[in-house]
Amino acid sequence: MPARRSPAIAAAPIRARSRLSGAFVAAALAMLAILPARPAAAAELVVSAAASLTNAFRAVATTYEQAHPGTKLVLNFGASDVLMQQIVQGAPADVFASADQQAMDKAQAEHVIVPGSRRDFAANALVLVEPADSTLKLASPRDLLRDDVRRVTYGNPASVPVGRYTRDALEDARLWQAVSTKGVPAQNARQALDYVARGEVDAGFVFATDAAVMPGRVRVVAHVPTRTAVTYPIAVTARSRQKDEAARFVDFVLSSEGQALLARHGFRPR
Amino acid sequence: MESVWVPLALSLKVAGWATAINAVLGVAAAVALSRWRSPLRDLVDAVLTLPLVLPPTVLGYYLLVLVGRRGVFGEWLSSLGIELVFTWQGAVLAATIVAFPLVLKSARAAIEGVDPQLEHAARVLGVSETGIVFRVTLPLAVRGIAAGVLLAFARALGEFGATLMVAGNLPGRTQTLSVAIYEAVQAGDDDTANLLVLVTSLTCVLLLVIAGRLVPSTRQAVR
Repeated sequence: MPARRSPAIAAAPIRARSRLSGAFVAAALAMLAILPARPAAAAELVVSAAASLTNAFRAVATTYEQAHPGTKLVLNFGASDVLMQQIVQGAPADVFASADQQAMDKAQAEHVIVPGSRRDFAANALVLVEPADSTLKLASPRDLLRDDVRRVTYGNPASVPVGRYTRDALEDARLWQAVSTKGVPAQNARQALDYVARGEVDAGFVFATDAAVMPGRVRVVAHVPTRTAVTYPIAVTARSRQKDEAARFVDFVLSSEGQALLARHGFRPR
Repeated sequence: MESVWVPLALSLKVAGWATAINAVLGVAAAVALSRWRSPLRDLVDAVLTLPLVLPPTVLGYYLLVLVGRRGVFGEWLSSLGIELVFTWQGAVLAATIVAFPLVLKSARAAIEGVDPQLEHAARVLGVSETGIVFRVTLPLAVRGIAAGVLLAFARALGEFGATLMVAGNLPGRTQTLSVAIYEAVQAGDDDTANLLVLVTSLTCVLLLVIAGRLVPSTRQAVR
């Protein structure tokens, strides 16, 4: 059956139709012309920071902007390895703060940070948590071997620092093989927290600071000793166009004021 | 990461189930909607088409709210022993919902494009309404329906956002091709990512070739 064309379109004269499509093309080109990103404002610092730093760095950013009017901080949170990949691929970050030394080591190996600017700025702890309303009565990571524990979440060790700390700690306790068969890998520290808070898993490994963000929905079962100390390094990126401003921000994070803000969110001194 | 065949097999399994479910549900809904004379019809059609326009992450979130352990249906599903979050069945659910409107729209267009004279002729000859649907309408609409089903399969194969939220990223269990590629890129594992992308592309090309053979060209259409 032949397709029926709308009478309105069929009746429109050819010249009018091509004028209409010409107008469309012109409008599209005009939109493209105004789209290219305008250059960053005079002092706009892009800070790529590990997901677990979300609340703390937002507070640090607010305070920093108040002390330095004219500087705008753009915060970019995610799994440390993912952030590192972004910087390697050319993302315009000025500062990189990761949740373990390994991610920063990778960044240094790729020559995307200024090695002299690398400093440790905070410490954290690894904890085992469960949903607040869980009836499982877990007391330690060893309890995760029980049959009634079916799903345990942790960051994906391939790309998430908290996952690496977890894997190392469980390997040292000879529990990794058993626990990883029940594993639900998360994309970053906050997603692991979310899975536990939502009750979709029976337990999870997160940072102590993350557990503190959701006190009503998540309960700490135990602190987990880690193979290496949980320390967070920060550095200025090699491609930054505002290295001085970036260095000033790093100094602020390391200052007593910055450290006090981090402590308020549960981070320990480096 | 282990072999690339595992995510490929999983993707095909999930997309296969999702498309099979959609073929039945989508066509049934299309028949029902085309026959239903009511002012509510357009509203229902719009609601059923929503998954086509909603961002996949929104759909994933809705699904979590509905079938998560603490969700609206969560307790009921748990009591039946059904778990959808972090399982391949959950991935099937996500893929089914996002691809459903593709079957619905194509099937409805095809069904409503069938010449009503042929249906009237069947009525005159004494065929029941059900008979008309199965012996006259659907056979004549099969080309449009097949096109929609194929689109739905491709969409289900590539589904990522809602799947990641509902089924998670569990290697061997819910790590479909799209999710596997995502993880490989995140981990900086370019070799694996390249291989997975190549496999996905070849699979899609193969699908299109098969589709071209299955769906008869316009010249052969009239029986």
